[in-house]
Amino acid sequence: MIIVVLPAHLKTLARVTGDVQLEVPGDGAGKVTLRDVLDALEARYPMLSGTIRDHLTRERRPFLRFFACEQDLTHEGPDVRLPDEVVRGKEPLFIIGAIAGG
Amino acid sequence: MSRVRVLVGTRKGAFILTADGKRQDWEVSGPHFAGWELYHVKGSPVDPNRIYASQTSGWFGQIIQRSDDGGKTWFQPGTPPGETAAPGGMPKSESNKFAYDTSAETGKPLTTHQWYDGTQRNWEFKRVWHVEPSLTDADTVYAGVEDAALFRSTDGGKNWKELPGLRGHGTGPKWQPGAGGMCLHTVILDPSDSKRIYIAISAAGAFRTDDGGETWKPINRGLYSQYIPEPTAEIGHCVHHVAMNPKRPGVLFMQKHWDVLRSDNAGDQWHEVSGNLPTDFGFVIDVHAHEPETVYVVPIKSDGEHFPLEGKLRVYRSRTGGNEWEPLTKGLPQRDCYVNVLRDAMSVDSLDKCGVYFGTTGGQVYCSPDAGDTWAPIVRDLPAVLSVETQTLP
Repeated sequence: MIIVVLPAHLKTLARVTGDVQLEVPGDGAGKVTLRDVLDALEARYPMLSGTIRDHLTRERRPFLRFFACEQDLTHEGPDVRLPDEVVRGKEPLFIIGAIAGG
Repeated sequence: MSRVRVLVGTRKGAFILTADGKRQDWEVSGPHFAGWELYHVKGSPVDPNRIYASQTSGWFGQIIQRSDDGGKTWFQPGTPPGETAAPGGMPKSESNKFAYDTSAETGKPLTTHQWYDGTQRNWEFKRVWHVEPSLTDADTVYAGVEDAALFRSTDGGKNWKELPGLRGHGTGPKWQPGAGGMCLHTVILDPSDSKRIYIAISAAGAFRTDDGGETWKPINRGLYSQYIPEPTAEIGHCVHHVAMNPKRPGVLFMQKHWDVLRSDNAGDQWHEVSGNLPTDFGFVIDVHAHEPETVYVVPIKSDGEHFPLEGKLRVYRSRTGGNEWEPLTKGLPQRDCYVNVLRDAMSVDSLDKCGVYFGTTGGQVYCSPDAGDTWAPIVRDLPAVLSVETQTLP
């Protein structure tokens, strides 16, 4: 079970109040990637499609970043293995909106 | 007694203001979609409880919202709350997908337009500026988007398809963004001819289709823009807004970057009607619901100073279809007022005594229940107002 912490606006869109818990099978051998998590998130909450990754290019939206285990995973690429602590549900995956604007 | 519902889009959410026909006591609901930019909210003329809203964010992109109960509850079309995407099933969230048509079959799909520095850039979807529900079918709605293009949904906003003839008609590579982006901000449907649609783009100009969106032509003859290399060019004018009285669809009024203009032949030819306006820069323009020669504008000092002249917020009304304008000030601040009124932030109702409404970047929404003679704020302290639309309800 992977725990995902969404920005407040995406919680509102998804109509959830707390953290999101997702079953993400990954490759079946223990490897789970950021892409796997986002695919599972959008399948569970389809109203979030396009809000984290562009609808067409599937690229991360520029003002969003991914953090876990005190690491910035944003530029690791979507197919890199997530830390074991995240995969085992010990640490959450944070999706963070940039602090900008008024 | 008839009622009025005013749909207000702001920088930080949408608000719905309702009153009876006297338009004195208002109920305010909102913010809906708190914290998001609501570029435009508009109801269907066929089913007033059907309302479409454009919710956008620099962080999270574009969301289309729909209400079927007059704005009490909202949902993303095609993605009802609690419904998940079944494996292999229909994809959800298509209502937020605006994909430019790049197919060879549809004519001349374009991939580039002009950038500020004169180079060519790929078209890139950013947001929906304007939603325009069909006059005859509640499930059909148009969306004017940035980068400029026109989309249409025929299933209540679940899926969107571009009308590619507009971008592909030939001048697209010459279009370039105005300061606010290259936006298609005005969509006017002709009630007398279901195949005729007018649109306007900043900064390309106005266009018209007479065949339901298959083919388009620029309608900018008579416009003069001294800030472009060829002031009378077919393309490149910064049209801010266009308005039409539905009872007289061939007559159009335009607020250009500078200049207020009028066309009596569906845009084929324009002539300036700025007349005695103290400045003819501005964004909004609208027409009285029952008097097609009565027109409203809000003069703004200049393109460098987006606020009213002398700190006095004045609506100007012409009862002669332009040229002769009178200031309307009763109830509006006449000192120290430095707000702006953005292009989609004026509307009229269709009660017997026509009501006129506008919203400001200072968060006020003003109502005149007597066609502009007197004004009063409905609300004073909303976020900056981006759009105002009015529904007259039975």
